Amino acid sequence: MALALEGSQALARTVALCRPQVVAAYPITPQTHIVEGIAKLVADGQLACEMVSVESEHSAASVALGAAAAGSRAYTASASQGILLMAEVLYDISGLRIPLVMTCANRALSGPLNIWNDQQDSMSMRDSGWIQLYCATNQEAVDTTVQAFRIAERCEIPVMVCVDGFTLTHTLEPLELPTAEQVDGFLPAYAFRHGLDPAEPRSLGTLVGPEHFSEVRHAHHQAMMNAQAEIEQADADWAAVVGRHCGGLVEARGDPEARLGILTLGSVLGTLEDAMDSDPELPRARFIKLRSFRPFPAEALRQACEGLDHLIVLERALSPGAGGIVGPEVQTALIEMAEPPRVHNYAAGLGGRDLSLDLYSRIVQAAFGAERPREFAIIDADPELLPESDR
Amino acid sequence: MNEQPLHHLDTLRARQPRFRGLESGHRACQGCGEALAARLTTEAAGPDVVVANATGCLEVFTTPWPQSAWRLPWIHSVFGNTAAVAAGMEAALKQQGRATQVLAFAGDGGTFDIGFQALSGMMERGHDVLFVCFDNEAYMNTGVQRSGSTPHAAMTTTSPPGELRMGKRHMKKDILSIIAAHHIPYAATASVAYPSDLRKKVRRAMDTEGASFLQIHSPCPLGWGHDGAKTIEVARLAVQTGLFPVIEMERGELIGTLPIRDPRPVSDYLKLQNRFRHLFASEYRARKELEHLQAIANRNIERFELRGVGSESYDTEGADTVHRGGDRWA
Ligand SMILES: Cc1ncc(C[n+]2csc(CCOP(=O)(O)OP(=O)(O)O)c2C)c(N)n1
Ligand code: SF4
Ligand SMILES: [Mg+2]
Repeated sequence: MALALEGSQALARTVALCRPQVVAAYPITPQTHIVEGIAKLVADGQLACEMVSVESEHSAASVALGAAAAGSRAYTASASQGILLMAEVLYDISGLRIPLVMTCANRALSGPLNIWNDQQDSMSMRDSGWIQLYCATNQEAVDTTVQAFRIAERCEIPVMVCVDGFTLTHTLEPLELPTAEQVDGFLPAYAFRHGLDPAEPRSLGTLVGPEHFSEVRHAHHQAMMNAQAEIEQADADWAAVVGRHCGGLVEARGDPEARLGILTLGSVLGTLEDAMDSDPELPRARFIKLRSFRPFPAEALRQACEGLDHLIVLERALSPGAGGIVGPEVQTALIEMAEPPRVHNYAAGLGGRDLSLDLYSRIVQAAFGAERPREFAIIDADPELLPESDR
Repeated sequence: MNEQPLHHLDTLRARQPRFRGLESGHRACQGCGEALAARLTTEAAGPDVVVANATGCLEVFTTPWPQSAWRLPWIHSVFGNTAAVAAGMEAALKQQGRATQVLAFAGDGGTFDIGFQALSGMMERGHDVLFVCFDNEAYMNTGVQRSGSTPHAAMTTTSPPGELRMGKRHMKKDILSIIAAHHIPYAATASVAYPSDLRKKVRRAMDTEGASFLQIHSPCPLGWGHDGAKTIEVARLAVQTGLFPVIEMERGELIGTLPIRDPRPVSDYLKLQNRFRHLFASEYRARKELEHLQAIANRNIERFELRGVGSESYDTEGADTVHRGGDRWA
């Protein structure tokens, strides 16, 4: 039965269905509604879990780490500055191969202060060794969260579920919540082989010198690459339970005949699809939804881009002084193709700038009609607003 | 009596019925007070514990992969989050309905400075965790830099004496008063020079429900610049001079002290250590700093009423030194 639920409430209820034993969090917009929702479920006796309201995100990640290492399913959520404050611990969680799940309610980074949506926060954790899955809709966020626990626990790699702040977290949409039976059937009870137990004392997080460190990193990288199969499998198995799938690693949709592709991460996809549907005059596009950014699914991406002449990579973050973050990675992956499409790379919608329907024509024009094709640009920035010296 | 040779390892083990949480063979310097303190703590705590350990000497010298000196489930995450990792473990064990106790280990840097926020949060939330600070009064693992715990006037690599300075300009942070302000059920200081007292406090802290805190004064021969064979003597003098008060608190109220029988002058303690060598130059400002440190010790004695009344067995002279096999263990 479809329910009209705010994204955050849907996520809180979904997390509860996954039966976390310890939840630790620190409030930050736009993540707050999720943990408030979980706190209420705990207070009402609907979720039996230790809810630890910590004094910082550094501690939120650390409590989750300690709990998961001590044998309990753990969850946390954050955004923006919170993700940056956690950074040290996030690398440690993945490096110790501790399985836990967090939601990143994607938000811009300071400074200047901005509480609205872009994806600079999760992108800044690109190399942290976490699996990163991006959600295009709240339904996907719900389904991905359930899958994330199974992926994390099977692969012993933490999973960050990236959900656009406000656009998804604060938006009311009709969606289906799974039943407890469905989740219980899909997600076995938490078990961590390398946990802390007096009956079998183990040392975790020891000092590893040059003679072993490369092998530790090799194993982690290999596990990330192998996680691709598990991400596909989790999506397929969950689809068999609920009849919905989220697109595995990467999903091609839109016009299969189109020679133009547009690659996105997260919720902007819906806006672009609506734009194309609303105007038959616009050139048709194949939409490439990159769901798994880490591991980076190079092979699946090449398949999804087969037959394209042009690919616009539209992202909601950037690397100042270089350009896009996702764009160059995509380009590198596609070079292996016999006839790779030309890649055009733009950023848009930074710090919550509204992504309206005309975005579609703007990026298409920039790629084909503009005076500076193929050069990275923040497509919706207006240099006219800046003093001459900053343009 | 059974005449088995004393030097036989199994015989020694049998005579030492205590559980060993930290084995020998680790890589601490000779005479390391922190290694001794950690061994005493884990022996008293027993095997049914899990340990979160901050970055620092203790972590580094016990776990050079693929070796580990720990016989306990042990985890190191990062430098500043130990209390939070411990809180997470406690929350997990509580949720699982298990009685295993949680210990958090950190140096003074991981307690007074970078780990303080997480520690304060853990205490405020009342997690059933014993947080042990191995206080060697500087960042030793990174090569002896000053910390919030470094005593006034001590030399470290970042508080060197010179034309304009006499070592550390600032005071040693009064961490126990800050801990006391959290009104946790139990907080205490101890010294490796008084192991029986130390063990008793570990057990007491573990029997206490809720957060507890133990600060153990642990000389570092390398960083303090003293003979590794004199660790216990140096540690005793810190207590006997009044520079390191050994006290116990419940819910923020003082409930006990280790009385000082005959307070020793601070110079007896300071002159054994290179970190205070500059205070013994024949210079006006050196004499002034010595007076200053003596005044700090006097103030501690006054504040905690540390002066003993006679020859109690529990005072700085009567309390035991390392003593194996007897029944004086509390
Ligand atoms: C965030 C961070 N900053 C700095 C360091 C470097 N570091 C590692 S251990 C340490 C000092 C440890 O001092 P203390 O806590 O007193 O322990 P000790 O080594 O003296 O036992 C420092 C500065 C680090 N590991 N992490
Ligand atoms: S430097 Fe000091 S604390 Fe570190 S191992 Fe050596 S004696 Fe112990
Ligand atoms: Mg120290």
